[in-house]
Amino acid sequence: MSEPVLRVEGLRVAFDHPLGKVQAVDDVSFVLAPGERFGLAGESGSGKSTLALSILRLIKPPGRIEAGEVWLAGTRLGDLDEDGMRALRLAGIALVPQGSMNSLNPVLRIGGQIGDALAEHGLPLTRGEAERRIAALLAEVGLPESVARMYPHELSGGMKQRACIAIAICLRPKVIIADEPTSALDVVVQRQVMATLARVQRELGAAVILVGHDMGLMAQFVDRLAIMYAGRLVEMAPIAEIITRPRHPYTRALIASLPSLDTRGALAGIPGLAPLLRDLPDGCAFHPRCTLAVGRCRTEKPKLRDIDGAQVACHLA
Amino acid sequence: MVSLIEAVDVSKRFAGGLGRESTLALAGLSLAIHAEKPSIIAVVGESGSGKTTLARLLLGLTEPSGGSIRYRGSDLRKLTRDERRAFRRDVQAVFQDPYGVYNPFYRVDHVLTTPVRRFRLAASRAQARELIGETLRLVGLQPEEILGRFPHQLSGGQRQRVMVARALLLEPKLIVADEPVSMVDASLRATILGSLRKLTDERGISILYITHDLATAYQVSDTILVLYRAHVAEAGKVELVVKAPQHPYTQLLISAIPRAHVARDWLPNDEDRQAAPALAVSAGCCFAERCPLAGPDCLSEPPALYRTEPGRAVACVQFGQHPALPAGGLGEVLSV
Repeated sequence: MSEPVLRVEGLRVAFDHPLGKVQAVDDVSFVLAPGERFGLAGESGSGKSTLALSILRLIKPPGRIEAGEVWLAGTRLGDLDEDGMRALRLAGIALVPQGSMNSLNPVLRIGGQIGDALAEHGLPLTRGEAERRIAALLAEVGLPESVARMYPHELSGGMKQRACIAIAICLRPKVIIADEPTSALDVVVQRQVMATLARVQRELGAAVILVGHDMGLMAQFVDRLAIMYAGRLVEMAPIAEIITRPRHPYTRALIASLPSLDTRGALAGIPGLAPLLRDLPDGCAFHPRCTLAVGRCRTEKPKLRDIDGAQVACHLA
Repeated sequence: MVSLIEAVDVSKRFAGGLGRESTLALAGLSLAIHAEKPSIIAVVGESGSGKTTLARLLLGLTEPSGGSIRYRGSDLRKLTRDERRAFRRDVQAVFQDPYGVYNPFYRVDHVLTTPVRRFRLAASRAQARELIGETLRLVGLQPEEILGRFPHQLSGGQRQRVMVARALLLEPKLIVADEPVSMVDASLRATILGSLRKLTDERGISILYITHDLATAYQVSDTILVLYRAHVAEAGKVELVVKAPQHPYTQLLISAIPRAHVARDWLPNDEDRQAAPALAVSAGCCFAERCPLAGPDCLSEPPALYRTEPGRAVACVQFGQHPALPAGGLGEVLSV
């Protein structure tokens, strides 16, 4: 692998809760190659969105980053002050937020919102330059120039999501974090938006972290996938490897829970519920739901280890 | 045979307001659900296709602009008091949002005890408790984990199953489930859909399963109705429609589902840069502007529903050589 563009080492995020500490992200490490599409999958409450936001240091109290380092190319994000971090967001790492429906300002025109992002990052543009730049960005995400003068409510869900992508790429970031970017869209529109994201990402040479729970979407979009469960990475491997040879029982269950279009009556849920993050079981957090669990799984937390090009945190793999 | 509930050429148009054009949410749809042959009918379509409007019409929550909804032969608008009461028992709803349907100040018991009281389902408190406990177990919940809690103390999946249990208390003949699993996790989705399937198979309850997710529709339903912009595009047995879709829209819908396999065949090579197709103004087929096969015939008049084979009807002129479905013939295509 070439020099990584992003390196996350031993990241731990916790939320203080009256009933106990919630460990939302627990010792997560991974690297991202330039231009790579990396997936982060798990159920709701697995900590995947928290992990994505903590990379950008966007965790608000009562949440806090307890430990760990994030490096963007040669910069250690921990060394930056809040101003430095503000400059880095969007310019270095950009976020396409979950539910972009609500992340655009309803009382500002789309063009104004992109212009704000450019101005915030100190680009000295004349009005004409800014307008040309905004039109070019909109064209890049497949939106007509007229969208610049529209308000968010005048756009469809897919168009709003494209507008969010336009904002995310306006400063040519090295990393784009897309947090369930298409969860509210219809399948046909989802495919169009993901095609747009794929193209701009390729043109920019940016790496993408796609956060989501749809294994079908992951299989079709990412190069490498990490599976998260109860705040920890339980498996990480090239996508073809995960699809053909899922090694962690949770990964297998996650793939099996995807309704098939080929055979009927093959609907399999994952038994039990995701554990409470403030009250995790001892040993492997998945063991109460795991059909294969043995004695060791109940007492000893499995570490992520290398197995034939994949990384798996399971005693039985 | 009088149907339990029947839509007769029902349509719904929402007024535009402030001089805007009105919106056609559902165009002349006829559909009959019989209590004698319980089955799951899936209604599939993208947002704005009219599927929720259909649900609300069947539940009597919205008045049709044209046509009528009939309950055991009588128009919903003209039911007597007793008939209305029977209708409210026979036809139950489960909605999409398992958060919004609860009053956060009441314990979840409230949504279960209210119907028991209103419909006098139990003679005593003890009997009511027993009935509620039994019903919760039916949807895979442990009563002791649910009763006495507040809505925020339950997971989304638990809350949604409590709503299914509430519907079940009244021993309905039909449950209209509007996107019941779109807000719960994939792992739980299967469990909830499995319990719906069991209700049909074991308790003889028909279900109208409204969803945008063709894959889950394929898994649980017997027949399927594909809606596109207020019109039926294709309807019939789920195996036929999903395995060998005939309408270009159904084909597009199925090809757009990302599959969890190694082959990367999902993202189009030539990306469609036109994000927003112009609104349909033509008199022809409502899908014509997005249809790769559209010809001049498609723009002149809307296609009829053609019965391409037993158990399937398709609204596309490609199949014009087949007999057109008579008015109200959809019920026959959808009966299994």
